[in-house]
Amino acid sequence: MTNSIQDIAEDSRCIFVIGSNTTEQHPVIGIKIRRAQRHRGAPLIVADPRRIDLAEHADLFLRHRPGTDTALLNGLMNVIIREGWADQDFIDSRTEGFADLQEVVDRYPPEVASDITGVSAADIEAAARLLAENRPGALIYAMGITQHTSGVSNVMSCANLQMLLGNMGVPGGGVNPLRGQNNVQGACDMGGLPDVYSGYQKVADAAVREKFTAAWGAPMPDRAGLTVTEMLSAAEAGRVRCLYVIGENPMVSDPDLNHVRRSLEETEFLVVQDLFFTETCRFADVVFPAAAAAEKDGTFTNTERRIQRVRRAVEPPGEARSDAWIVTQLAERMIAMGAAAPDADAPYSSWDHASAAEVMGEVNALTPSYAGVTYPRLEAGAELQWPVPDAEHPGTPILHVGRFSRGLGRFAAADHMPPDELPDDEYPLMLTTGRVIYHWHGGGATRRARGLKAVYPEALVEIHPKDAAAAAIAADGLMRVTSRRGEIVAKALVTDRVVPGLVFATFHFPESAANFLTNPALDPQAKIPEFKVCAVRVEPVPEGESA
Amino acid sequence: MTTNSGVETMNVTLTVNGRRVVAPEGSTILEAARSAGIRIPTLCHHPDLSNVGSCRICVVSVDGTSGLQTACTAPVQAGMQIDTESEAARATRRFVLEMLLTDHPNECMICEVNGDCELQELVYEYEVPWPEPGGARHAFAVDPDPNPFIVIDRNKCILCTRCVRACAEIQNRDVWGIAHRGFESRLVAGADEFLLDARCESCGQCVAYCPVGALYDKMSLGRARVNKVTRVPTTCSYCGVGCSLDLNVRDGEVVRVTGIPEAPVNGMALCVKGRYGYDYVHHPDRLTAPLVRAALLSAEHLDARLANGEWQVTAVPDDRSPDEEITPDTFIATDWATALDVVAGRFADEKEAHGADAFAVFASAKCTNEENFLFGKFARQILGTNSIDHCARL
Ligand code: SF4
Ligand code: SF4
Ligand code: SF4
Ligand code: FES
Repeated sequence: MTNSIQDIAEDSRCIFVIGSNTTEQHPVIGIKIRRAQRHRGAPLIVADPRRIDLAEHADLFLRHRPGTDTALLNGLMNVIIREGWADQDFIDSRTEGFADLQEVVDRYPPEVASDITGVSAADIEAAARLLAENRPGALIYAMGITQHTSGVSNVMSCANLQMLLGNMGVPGGGVNPLRGQNNVQGACDMGGLPDVYSGYQKVADAAVREKFTAAWGAPMPDRAGLTVTEMLSAAEAGRVRCLYVIGENPMVSDPDLNHVRRSLEETEFLVVQDLFFTETCRFADVVFPAAAAAEKDGTFTNTERRIQRVRRAVEPPGEARSDAWIVTQLAERMIAMGAAAPDADAPYSSWDHASAAEVMGEVNALTPSYAGVTYPRLEAGAELQWPVPDAEHPGTPILHVGRFSRGLGRFAAADHMPPDELPDDEYPLMLTTGRVIYHWHGGGATRRARGLKAVYPEALVEIHPKDAAAAAIAADGLMRVTSRRGEIVAKALVTDRVVPGLVFATFHFPESAANFLTNPALDPQAKIPEFKVCAVRVEPVPEGESA
Repeated sequence: MTTNSGVETMNVTLTVNGRRVVAPEGSTILEAARSAGIRIPTLCHHPDLSNVGSCRICVVSVDGTSGLQTACTAPVQAGMQIDTESEAARATRRFVLEMLLTDHPNECMICEVNGDCELQELVYEYEVPWPEPGGARHAFAVDPDPNPFIVIDRNKCILCTRCVRACAEIQNRDVWGIAHRGFESRLVAGADEFLLDARCESCGQCVAYCPVGALYDKMSLGRARVNKVTRVPTTCSYCGVGCSLDLNVRDGEVVRVTGIPEAPVNGMALCVKGRYGYDYVHHPDRLTAPLVRAALLSAEHLDARLANGEWQVTAVPDDRSPDEEITPDTFIATDWATALDVVAGRFADEKEAHGADAFAVFASAKCTNEENFLFGKFARQILGTNSIDHCARL
């Protein structure tokens, strides 16, 4: 997020939510959006293919077809430019590439955008007016924007819109992607990515590699590594022989699970580290029992870049140990065996950290954006949002104030690109995926939380009454959903939350995980799979026949 | 003083209990007194919620006016002379408390919120005797709602409407309301339905704001009295909002989650997962020992250590029958040293035979920053590969 939850909640004059089912995925942000709309009168615009809860609270609900976000955003920008509502001062002083944007956006007058998106031209005009008349406004998005083959175009179009309106670098504005899991922001910040070290220092930069070579006392590999999806394919092909999976469950969370299964079966040596015996563990050679968050010390970084303490409250059960302890044991053993030989004179070569605070000390020393994020400051109650370049710096609640980090903000115009796989005669319906409030990610934790399981005990697939009737699927009856890659059986939730032609499924329940169906086609740049659109067909499952 | 919107506000000066107090125009007597460190008791007021001024616990005497004023709603005026502890104010408070007790069960000894109850505190402070029996008392069914997270005991409800306002103003869901009037008044969900049917999201905000034991966390019944738990402040382990919360720990077990009023992201608000999804931590399915396939263990060690009970044959995957023969694929629960040696040894062999490209690491969006940093160091320094990624995109 460029901005903070608080300034969006309190200072935005308008909130535009696109591709985020906020009240179910980020509930406490969701309630702040509802509150801003209701008690502060900030108009709320919601764009989503499904009539999600927030749509009920919206001043304007734009129900666009899955995979048409860029077209919708271009349509809004077309109206804003046409009406002279663009913030010309901001464009002139803070940005570049406006001419390119104008050229592309010219191709999306409301009628054209309407044809592509299914949103009426009048609603596109009305939304553009609301955005223009209520500044600063915050744009909020989540996986509904990114999980497409056109994910990068969608993200750029969100930024284009906000720059066009001059909504950047001010309280109540900004481009605000909501990060899904508790510490997905921190895992990225810490260099859990194939092309960057902590703080997004690039592997491709020789000076950065030199810095880490000197710090860690070992030569640093110079080629970018593989992404998750590439790792699995490489394992299937035998190029990757050892897969070390820490706290993840690709057998539920990755696209095209039948392919994931083949990859895991082919993996020579698979080590999995988790709280529970997950679906992925079935394929493991060794499983390490890990500690839960309540059983360890450390920090998480939330979606607004805020670093906060995690504290050990209880002991792990039996022999379970923290992930830090386990990986440290492996490192020390491999050094002892001579399989790695870091130079003992290098300042950070060793693995002898006595506490999470000491690891953070190493992070401080090697990561400019976290340099001032120290345990004493956190314990003293400092509220720190990175970048925090030194121990006196108060943190950065809003990014791009007065200046973009790259200097001028660049308009990167993008055209609409249809999803990789669209419905056809054989697979006539479109499937989109997401989550529900009572469960989380692969469901490993929430299916084992008594109350959550009681309220939402099994997978449900949303289908429109017309499609259900056409396929003779009864409300609460079992249905089979089949794509080119696999099939699942789940209970039908017949509802007009979805439009005719669209079904919606989750991946919280392993046996009915939507990812048996999803399309692994990737955005060429971000390598994000297209979870949000694929083609399926549905049929009833007769009583008594099981999955 | 300048407010957020940049509008200048004027200050007014008043006297509270003989002390000069300066407060911004438009603030309430309660706010002015609190900012000066002067306590005025309250019940229906909560700083996060709108004021209704209904309970009359916060009454104070204002010189020059005849009656008492409710401090939580009365605005300050220049030159006001306020006595928060006048005999009239104290008598009114005592009377209000007495009235509440005439229809309140005398159950503090077995009440979940004993020691953490605003009514109990005030009754104690004002030395209100338990009223003589007589008059009508309610006898509502306890726990009439099947919601798995929230237990309702209307007998203890003092009709302060804090839950109503918490749901309407913080959660913005409007589940609770007060039906009927007078003695018949009672708290109802929706059109007198079950909570979930009234579109309750089970966030527990209403429970958190209830000053008494009328609403309580069902999973914590009988386990989490305030004097029995240690509260450990931490960050929610579910979504990226990063709400702060207190894990309430008793005998090594998390028995309740409570909010932290000064939490920077969420204040007292939490969602159903953060407040009620904690019990996975203690689920019997938790892995409690390293598991190694039998084929990776020396046959001789295997027999000996299974025989002496140091290692065990496991029951995972769960479709494995316990009396099956041990096969090379059977998972054996071993000690740490053995399991770590198996993995480190194999990694060392593979690195020597196939080089660093033979490795790939899935880091975790669920682990801490410090752990993810170490995973990156392990991949790059020890294994020698940049092939580390996690499901940021998933
Ligand atoms: S749990 Fe939340 S949604 Fe349900 S009644 Fe209470 S405050 Fe309202
Ligand atoms: S349930 Fe609690 S918060 Fe709600 S009205 Fe009764 S006493 Fe007040
Ligand atoms: S309490 Fe709910 S909204 Fe807050 S971090 Fe946890 S899961 Fe997210
Ligand atoms: S606290 Fe003021 S009237 Fe209840």
